[in-house]
Amino acid sequence: MLLNVQNLNVMIPTQGGPLHAVQDVSFSVSKGETLCIVGESGCGKSVTALSLLGLLPKSAKRSASRMTFDGQDMITMSDKQIRALRGNRLSMIFQEPMTALNPLHTLGRQLTDVYMAHRRGNREAARQRAVYLLERVGIAKAAERLGQYPHELSGGLRQRVVIAMALMCEPELIVADEPTTALDVTIQAELLRLLAELQKSMGLGMIMITHDLGLVSRIADRVVVMYAGQVIENALAKELFENPKHPYTRALLGSVPDPSHPRMQPLPSIPGTVPSLVQKMEGCHFRDRCAFASEECRVPIPLVGVGAEHVARCIKTGAQAPNARSTAP
Amino acid sequence: MSKDAILSLSNVTHDFGGRRVITGRSPTIRAVEDVSFDVRKGDILGIVGESGSGKTTLAKIMLGLLPPTQGEVLLDGTPIIEMSRKRIAERIQFIFQDPYSSLNPRQSVGQIVGYPLYLRGQENAAERDRKARELLDIVGLSSRFFDAYPSQMSGGQRQRVAIARALITRPDLLICDEPTSALDVSVQSQVLNLLLELREEFGLTYVMVSHNMAVIQHMTTRVAVMFLGRIVEMDTSEKVFGTPQHPYTRLLLNSTLSVNQGAGVPDLNVDAEARHAMRDHPSYVSQRV
Ligand SMILES: Nc1ncnc2c1ncn2[C@@H]1O[C@H](COP(=O)(O)OP(=O)(O)OP(=O)(O)O)[C@@H](O)[C@H]1O
Ligand SMILES: Nc1ncnc2c1ncn2[C@@H]1O[C@H](COP(=O)(O)OP(=O)(O)OP(=O)(O)O)[C@@H](O)[C@H]1O
Ligand code: SF4
Ligand SMILES: [Mg+2]
Ligand SMILES: [Mg+2]
Repeated sequence: MLLNVQNLNVMIPTQGGPLHAVQDVSFSVSKGETLCIVGESGCGKSVTALSLLGLLPKSAKRSASRMTFDGQDMITMSDKQIRALRGNRLSMIFQEPMTALNPLHTLGRQLTDVYMAHRRGNREAARQRAVYLLERVGIAKAAERLGQYPHELSGGLRQRVVIAMALMCEPELIVADEPTTALDVTIQAELLRLLAELQKSMGLGMIMITHDLGLVSRIADRVVVMYAGQVIENALAKELFENPKHPYTRALLGSVPDPSHPRMQPLPSIPGTVPSLVQKMEGCHFRDRCAFASEECRVPIPLVGVGAEHVARCIKTGAQAPNARSTAP
Repeated sequence: MSKDAILSLSNVTHDFGGRRVITGRSPTIRAVEDVSFDVRKGDILGIVGESGSGKTTLAKIMLGLLPPTQGEVLLDGTPIIEMSRKRIAERIQFIFQDPYSSLNPRQSVGQIVGYPLYLRGQENAAERDRKARELLDIVGLSSRFFDAYPSQMSGGQRQRVAIARALITRPDLLICDEPTSALDVSVQSQVLNLLLELREEFGLTYVMVSHNMAVIQHMTTRVAVMFLGRIVEMDTSEKVFGTPQHPYTRLLLNSTLSVNQGAGVPDLNVDAEARHAMRDHPSYVSQRV
């Protein structure tokens, strides 16, 4: 197992009180495996990713019962040890490319710097690898682009540079936070195929955070669904799409726009909004928006097995829920 | 120019570059080439295309933020470059691609959303706050965010702030660059439903740039497809999705990842030859639209 995370908790102090961004989250990724994390905006996906890389805000408090990368304990690692992993064996592609790019440096400088920081070798070797990777991520005339600054690129070109940067040191695990939303679908398809190829040839493990369920259905081996700080469902991809158990997962699948839906008519959505993460909520976090909610949902709900390698956090995962593609309850 | 046009673009071209570098001048990049169309009242015009094909540049030109190198943009018949920011802002608002850099990190959410009203200077502070809270409610953010700062919010939450800010002055035309790409599907549905409702209620017109073909198909009346700075196909939404004419449009449609577990990612096999063929292929711009 490449990465194993058990009972991860992240608390961020805010003016209104402690914000419980991640609550008892567990998952694991094997070599060559793609784990997709999906869930409502603000449910803690990015904070989960950042906590793996030691990139949380300073004030945040992280705890976990277990967190290992390739057998090494990450909980007790020093900042220096984490930095040595990051960008090297463990790479992150951020949601917003500008957070990963320095506006004052040329692309060439930034790409070669990551390489030089972790690998011995000269700048020329680094430059060659940069050009090679930029071409692989679909940037034509890559050598000419090396002298450009980030603001001179379109959103999608910037994101491709960030992806190339993440691959500079041949990582073993990539954590990609919404890496393709800024890209056109053609480039997206090409990049996903490139990543799949690297997974096959190098055993690259990948955590892909995305809102795009179409994409998830095409690439995921396993899917973790989060809601309001918690994992509410975790299953193999085939099982999740064919047999979603949690009412939130079902509603999410039902909200995907598709051509069978009458144009310009309201799309199914889930009424209401996510609860605040500032006070710890007792009972099911989805309760205020769930059509099946009842008194029994007010007590803490555990993740329970609902099938082979399939867990869900709901006491009524049985028969009464509608099927996946129909409207939210 | 048709008589119900709000915006009218004729032969708009934009070049970037010519920046001074050590070795002389950097090469110019033609970001937009010879684009002409009208945005008519009630339209929802979708703009799709390759990344780097000039969509955001075109959106900025339509907003009067960027004077085109050649060609002209008319807003209600007046050249937009001659109009003040304030006058343009009364008619056109925008939501930009990236909810991170488009919000001022030093302003609270309440201030950000109320800011266009402050610029307009018609309401007092209490009235501005009341309207800002109303808009936050409309976009589905609880009022506890009123005093929060953008750095404390997730990507999707920030995008909703941007939408609230754009709608607070009740503009006629809203230009949205990837309005929902930071949102999860359920919130995306809420926002798209909201945009459709507001259109009914206030007679809004939209220009919507997106990479999400399912969203464009659902939401738009007309679609323009951009490739290498040019519009290679433009027609009603039904036509573009039903009977795509240009090879690049067909490629876009083939690349779309609908929910289909186990189907994998299509191998598009776009080699240099295919790209040349697409570049040299004539454009299809329907005269009826
Ligand atoms: N630096 C911070 N200070 C305070 N609160 C924060 C901070 N960063 C994130 N949060 C809060 O933590 C929660 C989880 O945020 P996170 O960014 O992980 O969401 P997400 O699932 O990635 O959402 P999205 O899909 O919109 O990116 C949110 O409620 C957010 O408001
Ligand atoms: N300020 C600038 N200076 C130089 N070149 C620029 C600048 N802004 C954009 N460009 C270039 O203009 C072209 C079009 O960029 P634009 O941002 O309009 O693309 P886009 O279609 O919006 O792409 P995306 O879908 O990736 O957002 C790109 O080649 C880009 O690198
Ligand atoms: S536990 Fe209750 S409220 Fe929560 S999802 Fe299940 S039925 Fe709905
Ligand atoms: Mg996020
Ligand atoms: Mg753009």
